[in-house]
Amino acid sequence: MTVNVGQLGQAVAVRPTGIWSWVTTVDHKRIGILYGVTAFIFFLIGGIEALLIRLQLFVPGATLLTPDQYNQLFTMHGTTMIFLAVMPLNAAFLNYFVPLMIGARDVAFPRLNAFSYWCFLFGGILMNLSFFIGGAPDFGWFGYAPLTDRQFSPELRADFWAMGLQVLGVASLAAAFNFIVTIINMRAPGMTLMRMPPFVWMQFVTQWLLALALPPIAVALILLTFDRHFSTNFYLAQWGGDPILWQHLFWIFGHPEVYILILPAFGMISDILPTFARKPLFGYTFVVYSGIAIGFLGFIVWAHHMFATGMGPVADSAFAIATMLIAIPTGVKIFNWIGTLWMGQTVYKTPALFAVAFIAMFIIGGLSGVMHASPPADLQQTDSYFIVAHFHYVLFGGAIFGIMAGAYYWLPKVTGRLLDERLGKIHFWLMLIGFNLSFFPMHFVGLNGMPRRTYTYPAGFGWELMNQLETIGAFIIAISFLFFIYNVIKSVRSGEPAGANPWGAGTLEWSLPSPPPVYNFATVPVVRSLYPLWGGPNDSRLSSTQPAAAPADVHVHLPKPSYWPIVTAFGLTLAAAGIIFGYVLTGIGVLVLLASIYSWALEPAS
Amino acid sequence: MTSFRNGAVRVGLILIPAALLLSACSTDPQNVFDARSDFTQMIADLFWQIIWAAIVVFVLVQGALIYAIIRYRRRANQGLPPQVHGNTPLEIAWTIAPALVLAWIAVPTVQTIFRTYEVPTGPDVLTIEVIGRQFWWEYRYPGNNVVTATDLHVPVGRRVVLRITSDNVIHSYWVPKLAAKRDAIPGHVNTLWFTAKETGVYEGQCAEFCGLQHANMRLRVFVQEPAEFEQWLRRNAQPAPEPTTPEAQRGAQLVLQGTCAGCHAINGTNARGRVGPDLTHFASRSTIGGGILPNTPENLDRWLENPQAIKPGNLMNVVVTNPQERQAIIAYLQTLR
Ligand code: HEM
Ligand SMILES: [Cu+2]
Repeated sequence: MTVNVGQLGQAVAVRPTGIWSWVTTVDHKRIGILYGVTAFIFFLIGGIEALLIRLQLFVPGATLLTPDQYNQLFTMHGTTMIFLAVMPLNAAFLNYFVPLMIGARDVAFPRLNAFSYWCFLFGGILMNLSFFIGGAPDFGWFGYAPLTDRQFSPELRADFWAMGLQVLGVASLAAAFNFIVTIINMRAPGMTLMRMPPFVWMQFVTQWLLALALPPIAVALILLTFDRHFSTNFYLAQWGGDPILWQHLFWIFGHPEVYILILPAFGMISDILPTFARKPLFGYTFVVYSGIAIGFLGFIVWAHHMFATGMGPVADSAFAIATMLIAIPTGVKIFNWIGTLWMGQTVYKTPALFAVAFIAMFIIGGLSGVMHASPPADLQQTDSYFIVAHFHYVLFGGAIFGIMAGAYYWLPKVTGRLLDERLGKIHFWLMLIGFNLSFFPMHFVGLNGMPRRTYTYPAGFGWELMNQLETIGAFIIAISFLFFIYNVIKSVRSGEPAGANPWGAGTLEWSLPSPPPVYNFATVPVVRSLYPLWGGPNDSRLSSTQPAAAPADVHVHLPKPSYWPIVTAFGLTLAAAGIIFGYVLTGIGVLVLLASIYSWALEPAS
Repeated sequence: MTSFRNGAVRVGLILIPAALLLSACSTDPQNVFDARSDFTQMIADLFWQIIWAAIVVFVLVQGALIYAIIRYRRRANQGLPPQVHGNTPLEIAWTIAPALVLAWIAVPTVQTIFRTYEVPTGPDVLTIEVIGRQFWWEYRYPGNNVVTATDLHVPVGRRVVLRITSDNVIHSYWVPKLAAKRDAIPGHVNTLWFTAKETGVYEGQCAEFCGLQHANMRLRVFVQEPAEFEQWLRRNAQPAPEPTTPEAQRGAQLVLQGTCAGCHAINGTNARGRVGPDLTHFASRSTIGGGILPNTPENLDRWLENPQAIKPGNLMNVVVTNPQERQAIIAYLQTLR
């Protein structure tokens, strides 16, 4: 489709509407919105699962849930939060904002981008279908073999899990390649690597981690599928296999995965703090390099999840020291964020509140992480509630607080309307209090010997009070999100218009009108610094509204809508589902897949 | 607002170490700070060093953050703050600082790691095999013909080595006060060693999710005076005593000829099943069902009537519906001292 920007005011700026236009969209901004809405719904599902878990643990010996229901819920809670909530929420920001922040009109492969989204949606649906067909997975998000092998898990549950994850893995892998190419190739003139906003940098590192970490888990899942369906014995010790093989493969993926979840939030914070402190990010170069260092180190510490398996003193020591090393670049980041606030004049609008709370919560999660890095101490901590506390401080206190900061910061760009500050602050304070009430006591109850993943616990072990506080905290968190949902709905309907740059930020996306036009940049911007909108006579911090660049009379090429991505994703999911429902379906799925790839390849791109 | 926040911070800074110390002194049955063996003491000592390091870092960093938040918030329209981009000496300093803190805990960590793997040997060492089952623990005292379940008996003051494995899924043996934790992995043998400092009963629990009843895979360690322990060991090495009363004899018949013997072993009889716990000296054990109920006749009655109602998903699918038969079986089981 060729568009004459001179007439853009009428022609393309009138967005296509209707369901069909969303199904066939290849616009990175719409795909970002789809990711965001879908992932948020999954986040609510995961949250409801968490509330049920917490209700069951309110008193010792509760019978609200059967053991089987409990085990399904904690497994799906973990799996959902990681793969269907936090990862795709990050992907929402990735899709919507990275092209805007690097001054691009779209991503490198727009149809592949749509394909990623549909794979994510179908993979998530496939996984959750298990609740209605024979029961959901019930062995924890780590899926340790041999509990997942057919001998100990004869039902379809592990197949749903393995196949769902494979499809989700394809989604992330496709997105990773897409964005690596986009970030390398499609930056606006003058945007050198060291002028990329920190958010883009951290997403760039994240996409590399995905590209390198997903293949090992794909292999692990294929071996599991072979064990379950074709009587191989990769993980079965009595036939010469080894369950520890699963743990190595899984954690070679699983540890980088933790950084996949948190690095984008590091990036968000690094963009948000300077805006509200009204000064540049302190030590930009160090923040970038420490992000890269964390990415590298993330690949050499996987066995710290396995200290209790008895790997021997040399392996334990090596992995302990490697793990402690990660604390150094992480510390550097934290100091730089504090350095950004230092001498600044921070305006505590809601995004800034979430951003500083992110730092405070992440410090706690980081410190308990260092405590796990010591194998002898870990012999008491691992698989206790202390671990549950630790990773929620990182994943909730970190990733979710970061994402919330990002949501309050960037949603006005997406919707064109500001969120309500008062509701935002209520959300913030309730969430902060609820979060700490829910998860801080878990440190104590864990050190007091309460194991995790147990559907009930005996009375008289000193665990009751803490569990009650935790459950109350969880409900406060849930209530806080009602304020968020209400706030978003209200602002979309009747929020104050945001204007191009409501916060006086310095990065490129704020030079566009809110919401940005379909074609993003009428004229490709030329970038001369890290904060192109700051400095100079029209520093947007001095005059908070800045006119968008006037459209010039040039031709913009926009990719055509296409339904092949969704058909291809459907074929792939069908092929995977065939492993669960019968190989005939796999056959059909493969045919659909091949036919749609073929049509996709022959379809003219614009 | 500011003073409220300052106050909250101060309260937090006092509260957290206080709560930690409080939980450290706690005598709750599974408190990890309440070390009652050389092994757990060694871990607790290291752990305290790490905790203090963590508290110091926490106070400093969180303090700096909160100070920056409060001190450098925007008050009135003041124009732009200085546009500082960074400071390399400062960056180098705060890269080195965490490295030093980490070195402070890395050295004792590595030393302790090597000590945890120094498994004691010698004639004085008591070695016990621990096997994780779904969902209970089996113990074997090699050379003594003693096989038991759930309750582990060890003498005080003597070195004990546990050789831990599993023939099904992965479990994890965890006795917080005595032995910390090691995984029980099919095809692998892991060791834990400890010397108990004082007699008593210590609670423990499977720590690696192992299926439906992971929550109720409990255990107990009885630390006894050496003489008492020897007596226990000698008694448990004997075959099961013959039943004497008619009711017990009828019970024995039901057990040995019925389905029970397919899964349970009773030394000295033809019951050789290996799926469930060995029942040779069942009456001397403190609990039934892998630690979930005290071993009393009433509880035994409930268990035999419907084990799935008490511990759904355990591998005992047999029910004894006839109350008289249950009474006879209970009478027999109670003779198994
Ligand atoms: C309302 C907020 C949340 C509450 C109350 C909550 C609560 C819990 C609880 C109690 C457990 C332990 C279950 C058990 O061991 O039996 C758990 C496990 C877990 N949670 Fe959350 N959680 C919340 C949000 C999150 C978020 C945002 C994430 C982030 C990605 C997350 C990731 C996990 C994971 C990975 C597990 C481990 C599951 C497993 O053991 O396989 N949770 N959660
Ligand atoms: Cu177990």
